[in-house]
Amino acid sequence: MKRLLALSTAIALGASGAMADTKIGMITTLSGGGAGLGIDVRDGFMLAIAQAGRDDVEVVIEDDQRKPDIAVQLADKMIQSEKVDIMTGIIWSNLAMAVVPSAVNQGVFYLSPNAGPSALAGKGCHENYFNVAWQNDNLHEAAGAYANGTGYENSFILAPNYPAGKDALTGYKRFFEGEIANEIYTQLGQTDYAAEIAQIRASGADSVFFFLPGGMGISFLKQYADSGVDLPVVGPAFSFDQGILQAVGGAALGVVNTSQWSKDIDNATNAAFVESFAAEYGRLPSLYASQGFDTANLILSALDKASADDAGAFRDALRAADFDSTRGDFAFGPNNHPVQTIYAREVIQEGDVFTNKTLGVALANHSDAYAGNCNM
Amino acid sequence: MIAERWINWIVLLGFVVLPLWALFADEPFTITLATRAVILALAAVGLNIALGIGGLVSLGHAVFFGLGGYAMGILAHHAQTYAPLELGPLVIEGTKSMPIIWVTALVTSALAALVIGLLSLRTTGVYFIMITLAFGQMFFFFSISWSAYGGEDGLSIYVRNDFPGLNTLQPIQFFGLCLAVLCLALGIHSRLRTSPFGLALNAARQAPERVETVGLNPMRLKLLAFVISGALTGLSGALFADLNRFVSPTMFSWQLSGELIVLIIIGGVGRLMGPVIGAALFVALEHLLGGLTEFWLVWLGVILLLIVLFARGGIIGILTGKAGPNV
Amino acid sequence: MSTILILEQVLNGLQFGIMLFLMAAGLTLIFGVMGLINLAHGSLYMVGAFAAAAVAGATGSFLLALAAALAAAAVAGAIIEIVVIRRLYRAAHLDQVLATFALILIFSEGTRWVFGSFPLFLDVPSYLSGPVTLPGGIQYPLYRLALIAVGLAVAVFLWWLTARTRIGIQIRAGENDREMIAALGVDISRLYTLVFALGAALAGLAGALVGAIQSVQVGMGEPVLILAFVVIVIGGIGSIKGAFIGAVLVGLTDTLGGIFLPELFKLFMEPGAATQTGSALASMAVYILMSLVLIWRPTGLFGARA
Repeated sequence: MKRLLALSTAIALGASGAMADTKIGMITTLSGGGAGLGIDVRDGFMLAIAQAGRDDVEVVIEDDQRKPDIAVQLADKMIQSEKVDIMTGIIWSNLAMAVVPSAVNQGVFYLSPNAGPSALAGKGCHENYFNVAWQNDNLHEAAGAYANGTGYENSFILAPNYPAGKDALTGYKRFFEGEIANEIYTQLGQTDYAAEIAQIRASGADSVFFFLPGGMGISFLKQYADSGVDLPVVGPAFSFDQGILQAVGGAALGVVNTSQWSKDIDNATNAAFVESFAAEYGRLPSLYASQGFDTANLILSALDKASADDAGAFRDALRAADFDSTRGDFAFGPNNHPVQTIYAREVIQEGDVFTNKTLGVALANHSDAYAGNCNM
Repeated sequence: MIAERWINWIVLLGFVVLPLWALFADEPFTITLATRAVILALAAVGLNIALGIGGLVSLGHAVFFGLGGYAMGILAHHAQTYAPLELGPLVIEGTKSMPIIWVTALVTSALAALVIGLLSLRTTGVYFIMITLAFGQMFFFFSISWSAYGGEDGLSIYVRNDFPGLNTLQPIQFFGLCLAVLCLALGIHSRLRTSPFGLALNAARQAPERVETVGLNPMRLKLLAFVISGALTGLSGALFADLNRFVSPTMFSWQLSGELIVLIIIGGVGRLMGPVIGAALFVALEHLLGGLTEFWLVWLGVILLLIVLFARGGIIGILTGKAGPNV
Repeated sequence: MSTILILEQVLNGLQFGIMLFLMAAGLTLIFGVMGLINLAHGSLYMVGAFAAAAVAGATGSFLLALAAALAAAAVAGAIIEIVVIRRLYRAAHLDQVLATFALILIFSEGTRWVFGSFPLFLDVPSYLSGPVTLPGGIQYPLYRLALIAVGLAVAVFLWWLTARTRIGIQIRAGENDREMIAALGVDISRLYTLVFALGAALAGLAGALVGAIQSVQVGMGEPVLILAFVVIVIGGIGSIKGAFIGAVLVGLTDTLGGIFLPELFKLFMEPGAATQTGSALASMAVYILMSLVLIWRPTGLFGARA
């Protein structure tokens, strides 16, 4: 029990001394498969909190193990027992759908550092729900826009057979103006893509768009590179983040991917973030880390203006998004989702390290397709 | 050494005292945890009828748990959106009433258990384990790609369903309801064991030929046990969905089937209160170890391993000093 | 769809089946000899892949990496057998399931503790990378052809081992009657450790070979473990021949189902819905196959004991 106490105070940064005025609950994935993403969000978030040096903010961190029922249970705990004012941290859309609607209805603020399911951007939007990352379709839409700009006319598109996969293909098709050679839904968690690659080879397409997050993307890229099919590939940043790229290796070199953040985006906040993150944790930040960092800074900027107890004023302060984002310009649309620029990046090698280089803008000041359905 | 009957009463008493304490100490989350333990215990009590009495090691009970969950999710979803469920000519109104949802969950999972049982009981031993796993996987993959009810995203129900005369939004009242259902299930289990059916089933597990010579059909006995077992686990699924106000395909996952077996083994196989003790311990470990270290699953694994290797008969086995139940 | 494409897909299905065989062979061997359900087999696969990635990263040699994978998995297997499994041979299947389930937790999170939460890098060696052109004009990755060759070699080796060597005779005798071969003076516990280590080494080899074209990450063993179980159950538990035929059946069903079912549904549905329905059905196909086989033959195609 003693160790438990010691640990929870260690997590509750700055809780010693004065009573914390604001309590933030973070539910994220820290164990099991997919823990890398949660760890990045947490580290980015805590870096910003530490840099702010405030002793009136307490952060409680819990591990959801990527299980929706555990996430719901932890949310109950944070709201009922910890009495947090603000919640954040969830990585996966299905967990967000389980937690967010009930949390915001109980008067808690929720800031999403990663997931942006369409239901929460449209009809299910809520004044206490803010998305600091992207609406799920955004990066796929940008990939479609990039494909137009590059002159692709016939794309082969594939994604896993689950809601985020369907959103991805819908998002790409929403912006892509060319033909769709074939549209394939793979199995969730699939590791062998030989059959799909053979179909790509035979399809007569001039480009491939894929959304295969995590290990699925690693497997696909390695097998694609080894297959001798040389059609250009585009995809969202999820298969090309800093945590994954080292595992893909040379197979990803030259692939274009879309992201709202990149480590070479030229602004002072971003440069300082990349440098301090690397110094603190000994690795380069990923887009997830940048999203965690931005989320924390958004909260801190709003706290400077209003207390979280004063819900109306705090909400207005959040909506103003008056903070220095690592992405440069950042604003909220009418549904509290970002209006932001999405870039096309290319995978390059710097010494031994694989990373991304910004090529240009794929979609400028982009909002999302669901904002019109939101009546707040 | 303590008599098993005393242990049973002490555990039940604990499930009454702890939440009451939490109510007065204003620790609502402890009540939520206790509710989770009670519901998982109910699921495992259901499995224990097949596994403990009938000797049917099912690695597919998540099917029934998930069906119960989706019975709740689908009915409440249609009530929430005011759009009736249309199955061809048949139009079903959604509902937020727990009794109706429970009956639906019981009937659906009993029917599924009947079909799965009929097909699976042709096999025995490891083959039975694996064929039930296969059915679990079919439901899992189907639910992930079935977009009408959210696919992998699952279904959120914004307000907990109603039970006549209770305010289920109060954690303690919902807890009491679940505990009452668990006690009822334990009662059924206890009566089953000593009933002619239970004795015949037990005999069918140990010596099927003899059962046949007295004119009973061991296959039919096992099938009935499997159906009752599946139905109870289905009911627990509906309650679990109501606890979380959420259903998703993870309720169908093979890990969940595995966890239910783990609960029973921790407590003690074939014991009346084995699943209850197992569930209480599992939820407590999950909560306490999870707070201690990011790598808590390693320690959970070590504890489970120690229980298998050195505590034959589970926790009840250690406490009573008897490795197996008296039957 | 052209004939060439269909042929290529059949080849893909075969190749996937042979990868599954590498995994299933060890599993079925261990079950056949010791009657043990080893859920931790997937963890040994992961151990092999991580050992290979670590050694390949340090030395740059793929062959050394394979050797390391074999050694690491065999050692891990022997340790598991001596510390845990040995105490469970007489226990119920249920206890074996729980113990090996616990081992999965320990191995998975332990690996994450040692190697971190991010996937590791392991690549195809340069001399095996890229495609070759097969007769008929099929372009096929050389590495996948090598995988097929290794899988066939392992199958032949196992046949030789069980049918032609002294250990094989002991293994087969052990399957039929433990007491008898103990009475003949064979050190049965050493034999068991040996068989378990051999099964583990096969899993480790599979992990390393497959890791080169997939993602080396924590939890990579579980999906393939479930498929390997499907394979050995279809083939009949304990039968190497059954495992081989089961693996090829599962590989073909999974691969061809994923391609043809959506096409089939397109005949009478609109394309988007057909793709989704077909893919949903395809992901259930191997499990449907397995239950059909079991309903038809309750102990699998070549199984004797239940």
